[in-house]
Amino acid sequence: MSHKSNDEAPAAPSFWRDPRKRQWIFQILVLALVGLLFAYIFHNTLYNLEKRGISTGFDFLNHEAGFNILMSLIPYDETYTYGRTFLVGLLNTLLVSAIGIVFATLIGFLVGVARLSSNWIISRLANLYIEVFRNLPLLLQILFWYFAILPLLPHPRQSIQIGELFLNKRGLYLPKPIFEPGFGWVLAALGLAIVASILIARWAHRRQEATGQPFPVFWTSLGLIVLLPWLAYGLAGFPLNWDLPELRGFNFRGGIGVIPELFALALALSIYTAAYIAEIVRSGIQSVSHGQTEAAYALGLKPGQTLRLVIIPQAMRVIIPQLTSQYLNLTKNSSLAPAIGYPDLVAVFAGTTLNQTGQAVEIIGMTMGVYLVISLTISAFMNWYNKRMALVER
Amino acid sequence: MSDSKKTHPVPEGLPAVQMQGVHKWYGEFHVLKNINLDVDRGERIVICGPSGSGKSTMIRCINRLEEHQKGHIIVDGTELTSDVKNIEIIRREVGMVFQHFNLFPHLTVLENCTLAPIWVRKMPKAEAEETAMHFLEKVRIPEQAQKYPGQLSGGQQQRVAIARSLCMSPRIMLFDEPTSALDPEMIKEVLDTMIELAETGMTMLCVTHEMGFAKTVANRVVFMDGGEIIETNDPHQFFDNPQHERTQLFLSQILQH
Repeated sequence: MSHKSNDEAPAAPSFWRDPRKRQWIFQILVLALVGLLFAYIFHNTLYNLEKRGISTGFDFLNHEAGFNILMSLIPYDETYTYGRTFLVGLLNTLLVSAIGIVFATLIGFLVGVARLSSNWIISRLANLYIEVFRNLPLLLQILFWYFAILPLLPHPRQSIQIGELFLNKRGLYLPKPIFEPGFGWVLAALGLAIVASILIARWAHRRQEATGQPFPVFWTSLGLIVLLPWLAYGLAGFPLNWDLPELRGFNFRGGIGVIPELFALALALSIYTAAYIAEIVRSGIQSVSHGQTEAAYALGLKPGQTLRLVIIPQAMRVIIPQLTSQYLNLTKNSSLAPAIGYPDLVAVFAGTTLNQTGQAVEIIGMTMGVYLVISLTISAFMNWYNKRMALVER
Repeated sequence: MSDSKKTHPVPEGLPAVQMQGVHKWYGEFHVLKNINLDVDRGERIVICGPSGSGKSTMIRCINRLEEHQKGHIIVDGTELTSDVKNIEIIRREVGMVFQHFNLFPHLTVLENCTLAPIWVRKMPKAEAEETAMHFLEKVRIPEQAQKYPGQLSGGQQQRVAIARSLCMSPRIMLFDEPTSALDPEMIKEVLDTMIELAETGMTMLCVTHEMGFAKTVANRVVFMDGGEIIETNDPHQFFDNPQHERTQLFLSQILQH
């Protein structure tokens, strides 16, 4: 009988029974397979492109596009390049996403809080809103607003008029400000008022810490921010003109025209996403246990203070991560724009430009890259914000 | 605004809490049936009874966390009605400690204690912090002031909750089963704190099953069953010579271990 001494290592298991070695082998195998697959796809694409006489590369971006775009935030006509169409499409995508995010957030918070209202009718209405818009496909909703509702609007001659704002089936027309020399003073006054408000808020915070006396910061700041610019505006001789939309011939000229495609798409995206945001807000507020409200009430805090100082700070931690994914969804969903002909990135670049040039790989790659960058930027920002809010907890 | 800073004047010669013919229903369920109870200033009352007997509901009516539907509740001379002003006055003067502590998890221990004095009493922050440290020392955890509630043990959290209530300088303290969610070794530290508070002459209403606490501290023990006050007696009479059959049954059940 032979005893093994203690310092002798136990016999190594055979090669196939050592889990660490097995893992290595499997991982190398998987990597090799994936690499082979990509190599095949790459080779195949190049071969097919070459066979059809399509040149690869990004040279096409400098070629003349030769088509016009319905709406552009920067100067554009058919003599500009494909590179320019990319930029126009990108800006249009960013515009509709930004409008959508702002309105979806506003409507969402409003409906979410209304959903929790103790008023039976208000909470039922909010619930109805959520259930209807969350459970209908988004594409259908976009088509609904564009093809079913907008055409019901009157002709330009019978436009719905609110002040100098006109709404008809050709779109929404707003007055456009024209800044004249001297308007700088108004902006300067506005800046001054904002700085003064911040200083007052700081001073009021210090005074409350020192003496306990609160100061009506909100109303003072509001007064400053409204009054000072108006004063400067008057003193500088009203250096602002409005380019008012005017009915000429069959449609309005002048002002800012919002095309019906943008109007319908922004509306559908806002209303659809707001239904999800409302549920997120509701669940966030409800995730804070009722005991927190009771403790705050028992200490004498009023309902408004309880919401602001105790409930919201805790609810935000639940709300923010989900809000981020809704913002990302909205941005990605804006690519449904081609369905109603809104000239977003997908419509003008991955659509028209792709059809004209046939540079599918480059164009789809660039378009995907754009959405990836937008999404990752939003998510990085929200992660940063979430970390700031979460730090409060521990 | 100015009335929120000074404390409400103490009405002379009135009991701290008067409950007269109080009824409450949850839908069809009659939780409180004709409750009559006067609590004098400085009096310490222990309320006990089987679960579901309405003990918590009764003391939660005193600071309007529950609404009664019939009868009168007068706290410190102010009657509880649906008048928001009265509810505000009473909640400022009545402190409450909950079974599950209900500390604010997003604030430090110190901030938990200064929140209400700053926003309700409009106290300067430095003064509020001084008061908070004073009471944190009383409950013997001043060194935890900068920690968050989640970092403390259950007993420590409950002592913070007591300090948080005391920072509002209440004249009446309500305790809703303050030791029921605690591990046995932590019950003592909380009870000791409550006994020390009782020695300062605080008016206390305490729902608890700690019979030892009731014997040492209470002036009166109130026994409730089925939404009614069955028996009110001084602790010695209550434990040694219970008058009512249901009281005897209850005591035999909780004291047999």
